[in-house]
Amino acid sequence: MAIALKSTGPRQLKNTLAQWLITLGGISVLFTLVLIFLYLLYVIQPIFESAKIEPVGQFEISTTAPTIATGVDELKEIAFQINQDGIIDFYQLVKSPAYEKGALVLSENLLSGEAKLVDVIRSGVENKLLLDSEGNVQLVAAKFFSNFDSGTREIIPSIAYPLGKEFIDVDENKDVLSKLSFGMNEEKAVFVAFTQDKRLIKTSLIAEDDFTYDSAHEAIYQEIDFPVDHVDEILVTPDMGLAFVRSADQIFVYDLTDEDVVELKATIIPSLEQNSTKPQHVTSMALLSGSSSILIGNSVGKVSQWFEVATDNGRQFKNIRSFDVSETEAVTKIYTEQFRKSFYTLTPSGEMGVFYTTSEADLWRGQLTTGKTSAFSISPRADGLVIVEGDLIKIFSVENEHPEVTWSALWEEVWYEGYPEPKFIWQSTSGSDDFEGKFSLVPISFGTIKAAMYAMMFAVPIALSAAIYTAYFMTPGMRRKVKPTIELMEALPTVILGFLAGLWLAPIIENYLPAIAMLLVMLPLSVFLTAFAWHQLPKDMKNRIPETWAPIILVPVLLVAGGSAFLLSPFFETLFFGGDVRQYITNDLDIDFDQRNSLVVGLAMGFAVIPTIFSMAEDAIFSVPKHLTSGSLALGATQWQTLAKVVLLTASPGIFSAVMMGLGRAVGETMIVLMATGNTAILDWSIFQGMRTLAANIAVEMPESEVGSSHYRILFLAAFVLFIFTFIFNTFAELIRQRLREKYSSL
Amino acid sequence: MNSWFKSGSPWVWLSAGGVSISLISVLGLLWLIASRGLSYFWPADIYQFETVNEKGQAVTIIGEIYDRESLPTKQLSHLNLGLDPNKETIERILVKTGNRELVNLDFRWLLVPLINKTTKPEDLVVVERRTNGNFYGYVEGIILDGKPESLDKMDELVDRVDVFQDEMDELQKVDIGAINYQIERLRLKKRKHILDETLTAEREKEIDDQVASYNAEYQILETALLAIRDKVSRDQLVVRSMGGEVININFEQILKITYNNKLSVFGRASVFIQQIGSFLVDDPREANTEGGVFPAIFGTVLMVLLMTVIVSPLGVVAAIYLHEYAGKNALTKLLRIAVINLAGVPSIVYGVFGLGFFVYMVGGSLDQLFYAETLPSPTFGTPGVMWSALTLAILTLPVVIVSTEEGLSRIPSAMRHGSLALGATKAETLWRIILPIASPAIMTGIILAIARAAGEVAPLMLVGVVKMAPNLPLDGNFPFLHLDRKFMHLGFHIYDVGFQSPNVEAARPLVFATAFLLVTIIVSLNMTAVTIRNRLREKYRMLEH
Repeated sequence: MAIALKSTGPRQLKNTLAQWLITLGGISVLFTLVLIFLYLLYVIQPIFESAKIEPVGQFEISTTAPTIATGVDELKEIAFQINQDGIIDFYQLVKSPAYEKGALVLSENLLSGEAKLVDVIRSGVENKLLLDSEGNVQLVAAKFFSNFDSGTREIIPSIAYPLGKEFIDVDENKDVLSKLSFGMNEEKAVFVAFTQDKRLIKTSLIAEDDFTYDSAHEAIYQEIDFPVDHVDEILVTPDMGLAFVRSADQIFVYDLTDEDVVELKATIIPSLEQNSTKPQHVTSMALLSGSSSILIGNSVGKVSQWFEVATDNGRQFKNIRSFDVSETEAVTKIYTEQFRKSFYTLTPSGEMGVFYTTSEADLWRGQLTTGKTSAFSISPRADGLVIVEGDLIKIFSVENEHPEVTWSALWEEVWYEGYPEPKFIWQSTSGSDDFEGKFSLVPISFGTIKAAMYAMMFAVPIALSAAIYTAYFMTPGMRRKVKPTIELMEALPTVILGFLAGLWLAPIIENYLPAIAMLLVMLPLSVFLTAFAWHQLPKDMKNRIPETWAPIILVPVLLVAGGSAFLLSPFFETLFFGGDVRQYITNDLDIDFDQRNSLVVGLAMGFAVIPTIFSMAEDAIFSVPKHLTSGSLALGATQWQTLAKVVLLTASPGIFSAVMMGLGRAVGETMIVLMATGNTAILDWSIFQGMRTLAANIAVEMPESEVGSSHYRILFLAAFVLFIFTFIFNTFAELIRQRLREKYSSL
Repeated sequence: MNSWFKSGSPWVWLSAGGVSISLISVLGLLWLIASRGLSYFWPADIYQFETVNEKGQAVTIIGEIYDRESLPTKQLSHLNLGLDPNKETIERILVKTGNRELVNLDFRWLLVPLINKTTKPEDLVVVERRTNGNFYGYVEGIILDGKPESLDKMDELVDRVDVFQDEMDELQKVDIGAINYQIERLRLKKRKHILDETLTAEREKEIDDQVASYNAEYQILETALLAIRDKVSRDQLVVRSMGGEVININFEQILKITYNNKLSVFGRASVFIQQIGSFLVDDPREANTEGGVFPAIFGTVLMVLLMTVIVSPLGVVAAIYLHEYAGKNALTKLLRIAVINLAGVPSIVYGVFGLGFFVYMVGGSLDQLFYAETLPSPTFGTPGVMWSALTLAILTLPVVIVSTEEGLSRIPSAMRHGSLALGATKAETLWRIILPIASPAIMTGIILAIARAAGEVAPLMLVGVVKMAPNLPLDGNFPFLHLDRKFMHLGFHIYDVGFQSPNVEAARPLVFATAFLLVTIIVSLNMTAVTIRNRLREKYRMLEH
């Protein structure tokens, strides 16, 4: 009679179903880890992409005269062009309720009379200065308003005259101007111009109230001492602080901030710096956003960035970096974005390049036009280009999201505007729009390593010695009580450790600094003294108080030693340090002292990491087979010799993996560092200074960063770095442990 | 001496020192938190100090002693106070004077040598108030309905105010809150119709009528509320502060009046218990520097419950797979490494992942699909209690897996073999025999996971915890459990009150008290788990023989 288990039926079905579900559940653990890895990569990946420029459309413009300038509104719905006759035409770029694509929305004549428009100078997003052939100067602003009357959004263009509809008297003598530039805000407008009778003048118009709604002003005329009689180009920074006046291959920099005198700040002669054989001439220049840097393009296809730097000989303009735009052609035009440090270059053949200065990124190269470009404009949000070629307006969409992130910007020293030399700096945001973001991960990675090092410095000796004693010398009864107590440390939330470190420990260390130093000496000393004293006890007392009670005996001893160190501290302070250790360190030793520093973090994080190292090291030492110990002792070695030369060596892989897990934990710790350091992103090994770690940086900055911005993705990159780091450590430690387990099963 | 050294004994003692230091730190820490935390609740003595201020004038300071400190005299030498230079150190005390509306700082340091007289008058009273903190001083009288009244009625009046305040709270939070909630839902319903283009004139009228009727209800409630407020606002307590000023405190501001110095030990013990009770049950006041932590406790408990519901099945299933079904192949090794790595990943990385993936990606999609009418205001596309529970579930998954696996490995294989031999399928063995025996281990794992989740703060800072949540995720309005709401958490409360509060001195004892609460919860959870685990080990040691 055979009893056969049916291979089908509800029970077997349930069994198979259960097997599949459980297998799925098991694999899902692996799936979760992979998901985290992939998602982090997914968020990080866009920052390493280059720019993309795509043509969106083009249409004909009805114009009789050549175009001088063009522009587009913020939402890229209406573009305009200004032609030589002084007429400004607005064209609809997208279909709206009122107009078709390409329709002419508004046309206005900005000049009167027979004069031809010579030049359009831009400053800021809206303001345009018109200079005509009769020498008249007029300031117009192209404004765009959103209208929701029809239910959907419609952009309505209009022209405003911020300084009034009358022509502006830039020159006191009313001479014709050959070159002109300006800068303006609500209270002041500053013009720098070169007249036909070879004078370089500066004119300031001071608003009586506010230029946004009242164009009334008074004028101050000044003449500038100019050594040469010929000017090619003038640029005034938007904050009206500097004027760059180019004459042939020299650029004179004038300080415009003084109301009385215009001083020559510096003379930039680019060709002096380059040592090449070909003759070089300056062919173009442009101001980078932020009113500090100037970009100079030359005839051998290079663009260099210059800004003012404080050196030992005073402030000088230095050539900070160069960009190789073209091998063969000159750089005829440079256009800069309104708010970021990107710039676009054009050569005579129409080749265009897109670059970002701080990260030295080469973002895009290509040919969008044939070279006969009449006008070129970057949209205000830098997401589009409008190029006028002949009688065609061409619109392009630009995707250039993360130009400021490159390998060099993240990991190498970068020379930021206003700094005397290249440095590693993390300073992700500030209040102004044209701030140069500083995204070097080096200071915060350094902070992570520093915090982990100090923590391990405190944790490893204590944890390992405790593990050795608990696993090897302690009686089983005491071990049953001591082991869970020490492992209780692991359960304590790090928030509490952090707040105790920041609010309780840091002030104590600051006030009792001599005590901390004394503890280093007094604690081991008191242990040795107690050991020696016990050794000298008569034999019957030794039997009653065995050596295995050592930890219990040492508790009051250490408490007394510590307490006396703290009691003596004020006296030491007065005796050696003139009453105040902190002042002594700051003034006499010239070391900066922060209340929340690495010493506090080391102690607190060491406390948090001790249980991790302790449990694993203790397990490792405890599982060394007993017959090894017995054999060694039988051969005449002492307990300590056995421990040091046999047991520890055998357990060393386990101890090593314990230390690695501890290090992994120390690197990832967030709350303690957040609360116990000053969160200063500095590169300093000093024990009395704070630091900023990757984890704390993420916790502080993530809630406030714009989703999808470069800053946001760099924070994800920091998280990814942490993930990879702990992954490597933990996997390594686990592999060592698995091998150890196999090894011991054979012993 | 040399032989003693060679025997290695000093090194043994040194390693024993390591154990002692660890023990001292653990127990010392627990004792520090307990003593500082509990002392916050014990009603302290109120002292009256006669001393001189910086200008040399005689002043009276009334308050509780908060802290004591010894400074080297040299540090204060610049103040020219005529201190005895022969004394090395000088003592000073931190006094909490309260009375925030009358003085600039409600904490001040007094130098002990400068204090002329210290007394503990029995008439000194501490008045706990809803705003402006505590008041220390003398009671001068009571004004009831504009007329002076005898002091015996004081307790009665405080109780009366309590009753009225509870009524007002209920009217505001429960009744008016429900009406607001319903009006908001109607607005969203209307907007959904507009977006779906299904809004007919009929539907619009229906919705508008409902809104009108809710508004009418609200008017009635508002009148009732104002009436109660009116009844309470006319009673005042007349008090005199340390500077001699006499002020009136409205009874509606007063929570409690205690004559601390008059209390006996029993009286203090009962006030102690009362304070602990109100700490656990009340809402926070004064930007979290006063009052209780009830919303934080509630938020933590709710989030942990949700997390448990998510993590238990997943963790147990994964552990069963690893132990019962997985073969000795590379996939299993990979899985074990994956579990170890999940345990070792820094918690902030989980927070970042939770924020990016759960909140923005999954939550954003949920919003687009199901809650389009509330956009651009996000419902699930923003941090909240559900995403926090999910993030912490992934974080604590390894804990449950390891613990369950340990429990499964202790079950002798004889049991499995016996069951299979009797004809049960593997699934039946698992369900009926293995799991019930392993259930204490599973419970241990869950308890340890809960303990970990109660203490983790870093990921929660990114995925759903806030400094102050105006309402709880669980309330009387449908659908009762609001998974999209943000919540308060005990661990974050400690960080926030300790480091982001406007008045650090006032906040510090509260931080210790909250820390003590959190440590108590976590330590007791851990001890329970360890006890269960140890008993389990004992039980199976017997089973194996």
